[in-house]
Amino acid sequence: MNPKSLLIAGTASLALAAAAQAEGVKVGMITTLSGGGAGLGVDTRDGFLLALKNAGEAGQAVELVIEDDQQKPDVAVQIADKMIQSDKVDVLTGIVWSNLAMAVVPAAVAQDKFYLSTNAAPSQLAGAGCNPKYFSVSYQNDNLHEAAGAHATEAGIGKVFIMAPNYPAGQDSLAGFKRYYKGEVVGEIYTQVGQTDYAGEIAQIRASDADAVFFFLPGGMGIAFMKQYAESGVGKPVIGPAFSFSQDILPAVGDAALGVRNTAQWSKDLKNDANAAFVETFQAEYGRLPSLYAAQAYDTANLLLSAIAKAEVGDADAFRAALAEADFPSVRGKFRFGPNQHPIQDYYVREVVKEGDVLTNRIVGPALADHGDAYAEQCGM
Amino acid sequence: MLLAEQALNGLQYGMMLFLMAAGLTLVFGVMGLINLAHGSLYMTGAFACAAVAAATGSFWLGLGASLAAAAAAGALVEIAVIRRLYARDHLDQVLATFALILVFSEGMRWLFGSFPLYLKLPPALSGAVVLPGGLHYPLFRLVIIGFGAAVALGLWWLITRTRLGIRIRAGEADREMIGALGVDIARLYTIVFALGAALAGLAGALVGTIQSVQVGMGEPVLILAFVVVVIGGIGSIKGAFVGALLVGMTDTLGKALLPGLFARVWDASSANTVGASLASVLIYVLMAVVLILRPQGLFGARG
Repeated sequence: MNPKSLLIAGTASLALAAAAQAEGVKVGMITTLSGGGAGLGVDTRDGFLLALKNAGEAGQAVELVIEDDQQKPDVAVQIADKMIQSDKVDVLTGIVWSNLAMAVVPAAVAQDKFYLSTNAAPSQLAGAGCNPKYFSVSYQNDNLHEAAGAHATEAGIGKVFIMAPNYPAGQDSLAGFKRYYKGEVVGEIYTQVGQTDYAGEIAQIRASDADAVFFFLPGGMGIAFMKQYAESGVGKPVIGPAFSFSQDILPAVGDAALGVRNTAQWSKDLKNDANAAFVETFQAEYGRLPSLYAAQAYDTANLLLSAIAKAEVGDADAFRAALAEADFPSVRGKFRFGPNQHPIQDYYVREVVKEGDVLTNRIVGPALADHGDAYAEQCGM
Repeated sequence: MLLAEQALNGLQYGMMLFLMAAGLTLVFGVMGLINLAHGSLYMTGAFACAAVAAATGSFWLGLGASLAAAAAAGALVEIAVIRRLYARDHLDQVLATFALILVFSEGMRWLFGSFPLYLKLPPALSGAVVLPGGLHYPLFRLVIIGFGAAVALGLWWLITRTRLGIRIRAGEADREMIGALGVDIARLYTIVFALGAALAGLAGALVGTIQSVQVGMGEPVLILAFVVVVIGGIGSIKGAFVGALLVGMTDTLGKALLPGLFARVWDASSANTVGASLASVLIYVLMAVVLILRPQGLFGARG
């Protein structure tokens, strides 16, 4: 929306303030649009915008302000302050990274703004730190790793080598995997955040007697590891959460990813009408396949629209109740919120395949059904 | 066997750091310029290699393109921006070259988009080879070690045996004097800057092949390259070589051995966490120790 139409929309809403008509909702999107993590933010933004466009007339009820957080917590906090104080947004959304979410979300909900998470969902905000104004539409951080653990157990993998970056989401990851993995963990490594050379870790994997490797390395870290692992000739099968095999990075990993099993709550070949429409319109609009991040943002926008249709954002209790109903056609098919306002949904095992020249994922089976999270009990809502 | 593999890994990492640090130390030593945008030239090389390799299907053409593109970008930046900074103090240089990082990053995003690019190994260089002793090792990492050694030899020859080398050394020792003797300093500086840029571009292309080619890939390496330059001594190619190998070995062996060492004292998970954290600060400890014992660096001329 350009400044001029914003102005017109602003004037119009002032003029109509007295009328009983449903007013627009102002949404502030804080996401990563520059730097190495920009691919994730770009997909988040594009998925959200696509949902508004596909909704036609109803989508115009949302007035969207988008800003780049540069993947820096301090920048994200400044943007949030500006959006709340001078843009007067009603709802915030869009943050990709957990450390940024922890810097922004508690303060935003304390100022009575709704926050709908398109991705980051740290355990702190799911348990004791849960809040009536905070909804995670994606998952809880541990979920995809728990699904990977369940899959490894199911697949009869007896000994596994596990690896994640040394930061809170990495520690949550390994904890989540071990929560559902019944075999033996023969090696456990924390790597540096942003590390790009994994020769040392690969040597340790080679020397271990593990049957498989589980790793959580989002973004460029995962690309680097997979390419180096394929070159090393170690050859033990790898499994991981969808982050390392998402559509945004698969082209850069190349054939090294072929056949890798990964876990997610969504895949582009999931059979339901909402998903078919999403994948088709995303490709038509942007000329590429959507990633997990785009799907989550698309669902978030549709959840928001479903709530706008039912309640005024000014009536916080009614609006919250409307959000909690999750009455929207999710691209994941089944979707509902648990008591801590995090999803209860199915998780799938996907496999990286080649369709023509394009690397992508397809579903090979279920991992966990109707799965909530381990922190819901600690939430005193 | 594990130790031998880790030592090779350390050697390869060191060689990669050397390619970065050699250009940085030349520019730092000869021109007295702190160039934060060195990592951007590394990124330029990687993107040029990925783009040309994707367009032509030839990795070697891509490698050539990385040298050419980084050298051209280096020369252009030197003439347009850097030239105005020599007489200014280090703070101005840091500010201006930091701005260059932002310009390069957004420029690359504008040209190539926000998503990482794919750069494939040529089939002849992919896969693992069996070394004497039965050790399996990725062939391409051996190639990187070879490139590093070749560049080290080439630079040694250039600096000690050629007329350009004499001028570079003279420029390092006394800038005003070689100007007074009739050497075209402006051209010398452009050549040295382009040479340093080309080396960074080569490093970017080689590393991009086994890692990922994406915006912002240069900055983490840049910090390590500065550590290498400080340890080796500003302006010394020999220092950069020794420093790079020291840093590469310390980092790799530290990460491989420390967690195991701590595991003898503590339980596995806390040994892992403490070991990993300590291993990541080990190179800075090394730098601090070197600076205490030899403030000018291992082979630094100036105190």
